[in-house]
Amino acid sequence: MKVFHNALIKSVVFLLLLTGLSTFAKDSENGTKGDPVNTQEEITDYIKHHLQDSHDFILYTDGETGHHVGFPLPVILWDDGLKVFSSSKFHHGETVAEVDGNYYKLYHGKIYKTDAEGTLNMDEHDHPTNKRPLDFSITKSVVGMLLVGLLMLLGFSALARGYKKGPVPTGFSRVLEPLVIYVRDEIARPNIGEKKYRKYMGFLLTVFFFIWIANLLGLTPLGFNITGQIAVTVCLAIFTFIIVQFSGNKDYWQHIFWMPGVPVPMKIILMPIEILGILTKPFSLLIRLFANITAGHFVVMSLIALMITMKVQFGAVGSTSISLLLSTFITLIELLVAFLQAYIFTMLSALFIGMAVEEHHHDHAHDAEGHGMEDNKVI
Amino acid sequence: MNLLNDFSPGLFIMQAVILLILIVLMRKFAWKPILQSLNDREKGIEDALKEAENARKEFQNLKADNERIINEARAERDAMLKEARQMKEVMITEAKTEAQAEADKIVAQAHASIESEKKAAIAELKNQVAELSVEIAEKVVRKELSSKERQMELVESMLGDVTIN
Repeated sequence: MKVFHNALIKSVVFLLLLTGLSTFAKDSENGTKGDPVNTQEEITDYIKHHLQDSHDFILYTDGETGHHVGFPLPVILWDDGLKVFSSSKFHHGETVAEVDGNYYKLYHGKIYKTDAEGTLNMDEHDHPTNKRPLDFSITKSVVGMLLVGLLMLLGFSALARGYKKGPVPTGFSRVLEPLVIYVRDEIARPNIGEKKYRKYMGFLLTVFFFIWIANLLGLTPLGFNITGQIAVTVCLAIFTFIIVQFSGNKDYWQHIFWMPGVPVPMKIILMPIEILGILTKPFSLLIRLFANITAGHFVVMSLIALMITMKVQFGAVGSTSISLLLSTFITLIELLVAFLQAYIFTMLSALFIGMAVEEHHHDHAHDAEGHGMEDNKVI
Repeated sequence: MNLLNDFSPGLFIMQAVILLILIVLMRKFAWKPILQSLNDREKGIEDALKEAENARKEFQNLKADNERIINEARAERDAMLKEARQMKEVMITEAKTEAQAEADKIVAQAHASIESEKKAAIAELKNQVAELSVEIAEKVVRKELSSKERQMELVESMLGDVTIN
């Protein structure tokens, strides 16, 4: 069992490395053939395309022949019944896919219902007004999520099983254990409190490692952008939101609807502010994560693109070295950001949960919001 | 970039389902056993530390006890030695006085017996002298009084003695 498990992890890591290397190699090949992405607009489009989710897993595209190397992913649509087909039917958005007499077209990463000719009616903002069927496709981001989930299950179940052999983990588990302890002792315990933190550990640990590994996958040449998908961060934030609301005790709701310790007019003024606060907290979570990861990907890709855009001014060697230097530097920072965003999301989730479950000491807790938080830290 | 346009409800639902399943699976197969083991281990370490501390204290107590017992034993030994010495002295003195007394007694007895022996000897000597004297006197008297003249002579001398006295 153990041997099989190890072999599986190793093969996954090897596969990651291999695909990463092969994309690099192909990219440089691509460059010698005459890069198709060589103007400012094309680069911007390319980056935008990367930031979006996609229905196929393209490792690289041959600019001259227009040939894509990668593999198609299954498309699952709900359009008066379940429609399942391979994304190869779209031919990367070039053709209309016909399924059960319905026609679908892929336009800028989104699937629209259309007719046999694939006509799209555009509005004044150049957005198609065609109906969009509910798209449950196994997109690139979904593949990424499943990969993250698989890595987490493999890694941490190995850690869990390791404890059966002895109290001290060995091998890679030795790296994972301090991270789990870190989340427990630095995030959950101080923010939620010694008595109640255990109940939320499953969510906090899962979210922390999910975001972190997803962020890290985004830095590999595989080109995942999971946490840069607004739907993903919205989902994560809604989970936090739901957990916070369901954990809220009497004190929490009282502080929202009828703030104790302030005059009645203030209570009335504070009520809508506090209600708004319920919503702004998860909103800030989802925007922060999305914006940081999107910006990170954008900056890294832009700096890599310097290789092309600065070629005229600095020559091939000069622009490549500038690009290499800057993108290496930013990628290192992005490694930090990958951790930091996972930490911040989890920490703030824990903080919000902590505020919801906090037991107030009614004699002095109401003079300031900060005071309550301090109390929380002492516990 | 239009965020609302970018929001994909399908991806949202997929993410929700995946995250939910992941949380459930991770809780069951990873977090629960991991946190339990961590807790157990931390508790074990804490207990071991406490135990070590207790053992140390116990050892300290034991050491103190030992020291105390040794000290007590030493004191007892000293006391015993002292007592023995005293007893020896007392015994010696007692023996001495007793011996003295005995000796004195013996000497006194010896004296007494010597005295009585002497007395007895003297008495016997006296008796013997008396007897001897009587015998001698008898023999002398017999010889003296063998003739009439002699008898007369004696009476006369005796009478003469009486008068002198």
